[in-house]
Amino acid sequence: MIGREEHDLHRRRRGRNLALGAVLLAFVALLFGVTIAKLGANAVKPEMSWSQSE
Amino acid sequence: MASVLEIDGGNAPRDAEFGDYFELLKPRVMSLVIFTALVGLVVAPVPVHPMIALASIICIAVGAGASGALNMWWDADIDVKMARTRNRPIPSGRITPGEALAVGVGLSLLSVPMLGLFANWLSAAILAFTIFFYAVIYSMWLKRSTPQNIVIGGAAGAFPPMLGWAVATGGVSIEPILMFAIIFLWTPPHFWALALYRNGDYERAAVPMMPVVAGPQATRRQIFVYALALLAVAIAPAFTSIGGVVYLVIAGALSLWFLRLAVIVGFRAEATAEADGHRAEKRLFKFSILWLFLIFCALALEAALKSAGLSQSLPWLIS
Repeated sequence: MIGREEHDLHRRRRGRNLALGAVLLAFVALLFGVTIAKLGANAVKPEMSWSQSE
Repeated sequence: MASVLEIDGGNAPRDAEFGDYFELLKPRVMSLVIFTALVGLVVAPVPVHPMIALASIICIAVGAGASGALNMWWDADIDVKMARTRNRPIPSGRITPGEALAVGVGLSLLSVPMLGLFANWLSAAILAFTIFFYAVIYSMWLKRSTPQNIVIGGAAGAFPPMLGWAVATGGVSIEPILMFAIIFLWTPPHFWALALYRNGDYERAAVPMMPVVAGPQATRRQIFVYALALLAVAIAPAFTSIGGVVYLVIAGALSLWFLRLAVIVGFRAEATAEADGHRAEKRLFKFSILWLFLIFCALALEAALKSAGLSQSLPWLIS
């Protein structure tokens, strides 16, 4: 009985960790995507780039 | 060594699953926030890169979720007394109040600066204010102290389309103010229709909802008055840059139907309502959800038709 409860506990923790990992990966992908989008915008309009304005 | 589960006979609070934390963010409210913010963004006259739009909408959704978690943390003591909220993660023992507070604060501190970096700092400031308004002004202050709680608190739910617009344009004008006003005026009749038949819940929790404090008859009159004001405000965007004939027809028809249901609820006796199990109130509550969804769909449709050259703004513009 106790063994089964512990097994459920571990299963829930594993599920939680995997989901959190997926969220973190998605966050990294989002940052990467936004970086590419912002860099792309500056490549199209180089006069808008901060490096040009300095 | 005996485990907690063994001592408690398996009834101790179980280790939370990821879904329990997700539930803290009030996913149903979040879906409405995402939808209205997205409409605010797509009807704006400035195009946004899809990646920036996606990232911004995610930030807005996470910010809204954070305020939901803070609300659940603060309201755990009354949530346990109401049938509607008894199974939320904190009152049901799946998540501790401390964890909910940490999730709420953490996600707030993440979503606001991220939105500032992804889009602009005006939208980040509006998001920060929205979280503050919902968690502090509404949850901590108004909800338990005045029957006008959801009238003023409704502002928190009304900001998302303004946020979407601010993400795209970096500013605020009459159009997002009208979208704000639509949700702001929609909230009282929507919630009071529910409160009329969930009165007992709020009484038990000592939440001064309008039917508890002013009585059902006064609440019914107020529902009618707000529905009347809502009709005017819902039609107004038709005469701005985001409106047109299609929106005018759809919003007009939907709002007249809303007003019809509000008249039925507003002018009938409490005894009649109790006799038929609050049928009209339940119908108004359900229709109000559909109404808001369709109004914002109509705004998005108008924007799509305009971009395809199939519709244009009315000649009498409010600016």
